[in-house]
Amino acid sequence: MSELTAALPKTRNQKDCEKIKSPLSVLLRVLVWGAALLTFLSLFFLIGFILVKGIPNLKPSLFSLNYTSENVSMLPSIINTVKMLLLALAISGPISIFTAIYLVEYAKRGNKLVKVIRMTAETLAGIPSIVYGLFGALFFVGALKWDLSLMAGAMTLAIMVLPLIMRNTEEALMSVPDAYREASFGLGAGRLRTIFRIILPAAVPGILSGVILAIGRIVGETAALLYTAGTATKLGGVMDSGRTLAVHMYSLSGEGLHTNEAYATAVVLLVTVLIINALSSLAAKKLTKA
Amino acid sequence: MKSKLMERGMEFVFAVCACCSIAAVALICVFLFANGVPAMAEIGVFDFLIGTKWAPGNQPAAFGILPMIVGSIYVTAGAIVVGVPIGLLTAVFMARFCPKKLYPVLHPMVELLAGIPSIVYGFFGMAFLVPLIRNLYGGSGQSVLTASILLGIMILPTIIGGSEAAIRAVPESYYEGSLALGATHERSVFFAMLPAAKSGILTSVVLGIGRAIGETMAVIMVAGNAPVIPGGVGDKVRTMTANIVMEMGYATGLHREALIATGVVLFVFILLINLSVTLLRNRGENA
Repeated sequence: MSELTAALPKTRNQKDCEKIKSPLSVLLRVLVWGAALLTFLSLFFLIGFILVKGIPNLKPSLFSLNYTSENVSMLPSIINTVKMLLLALAISGPISIFTAIYLVEYAKRGNKLVKVIRMTAETLAGIPSIVYGLFGALFFVGALKWDLSLMAGAMTLAIMVLPLIMRNTEEALMSVPDAYREASFGLGAGRLRTIFRIILPAAVPGILSGVILAIGRIVGETAALLYTAGTATKLGGVMDSGRTLAVHMYSLSGEGLHTNEAYATAVVLLVTVLIINALSSLAAKKLTKA
Repeated sequence: MKSKLMERGMEFVFAVCACCSIAAVALICVFLFANGVPAMAEIGVFDFLIGTKWAPGNQPAAFGILPMIVGSIYVTAGAIVVGVPIGLLTAVFMARFCPKKLYPVLHPMVELLAGIPSIVYGFFGMAFLVPLIRNLYGGSGQSVLTASILLGIMILPTIIGGSEAAIRAVPESYYEGSLALGATHERSVFFAMLPAAKSGILTSVVLGIGRAIGETMAVIMVAGNAPVIPGGVGDKVRTMTANIVMEMGYATGLHREALIATGVVLFVFILLINLSVTLLRNRGENA
């Protein structure tokens, strides 16, 4: 009994202690909150700055179909961006998804090839875009003689986003429960049918989030495209040179004459990225629910 | 019979696709080295790597890329000084301090920070940071300092993402044990959990270094791009990446090859960084 009463004031004392924290703890807390505040404020500031400066400069003449040095229209670049996007994804999508299928569904444990593929994928993920640009200029533009073209740019970007889609697909496939596979095999389905009918549909949200990430990279890419797809402002076929929106923005801001238009282009780019990010977190939400 | 053939055939297709990434890396290596190394040999490896004069238009031309190598290192170091403390503390915030209701709002924002194209960062730097530094620090505003701050912001998501995951992977018992010994929340997080997450945090920092050294468009717009070794943080600087982008458009002959060789040097830097990431990861898994 006496022990109990003796214990009571002590606990109260401890509570007081926790309220009055040591200076170090207070300092750490301030630092943590300060850093987080700084991080998110700089993001808000950046977005706000671009929007405030850019939105008043969004004029209808910026969206006319023909580019002239007068109107510096961004519509041709937007169309080129979409073309580039479709081309790059059409090349990269199947290859990276099939690679992931091979790694997860076919390769046996301890397969040497798998190790090498993982390593190369990680290497690809770490290579800076300018090195991709150099390679594209040497290989697609130079050695294959495609000249500056959307195709050369799309191939370069396809290699660049390969590890992105591959890794996400791999994770999505691995998270499909083995029971699905066993049930499908048990019902007499072959391996191929199991993959395309059972496993891939279940992995769609994960694959999608990889594809969306890839879209974000392609839309924002500049350095890899300058010397592969070039900076032509006309609309043309896939073997013609054409600038994407990001390259367009670089040209505008470099000239120094069209700062207002560059702001407007930045708004369009930023809004696109915002939408892409919203879509990707939507896909991620689906993924965690499933 | 037909389905058997189909099974076999598709397995082959999958395997071929899987080999594409190997082929891509091989092609990249072959083409970069085959085009860059002869130029290095022609200029002289030492003249190229430790020559301090870059004057491709001179007679005779000088191709020394030491200023660019030093520039890349300065700017990357600056980005680390700016980005790592803020990023790490933000990661701690995200993992252990963030109010539960705020987290679903803040987490996508970190991803957004990663998703903003470098050209937009560069433009923001050019339109806002450069004038700001010009007014505060003097000079032209295009400097090592400006590039460091901008790159520091750009590597934040890499550091935050990696470090947050590392902190979250630390067993909860570390935190609880520390609390039970009478440490405050803050002390428990910083002195019990952070040391345990060391390896993952280090990996994220190295990945951040990789991102900073390879960044091109943002740096080119704020760094001033003078090909001389900067004397202080207020001086203009040119990185290896900027060197390639600025001159590749009109370079011919040996000049062009020297730029590709610059790319080779950058590529080797990146490969070394990748290697250290792999080593760090392996060490983390074994520990």
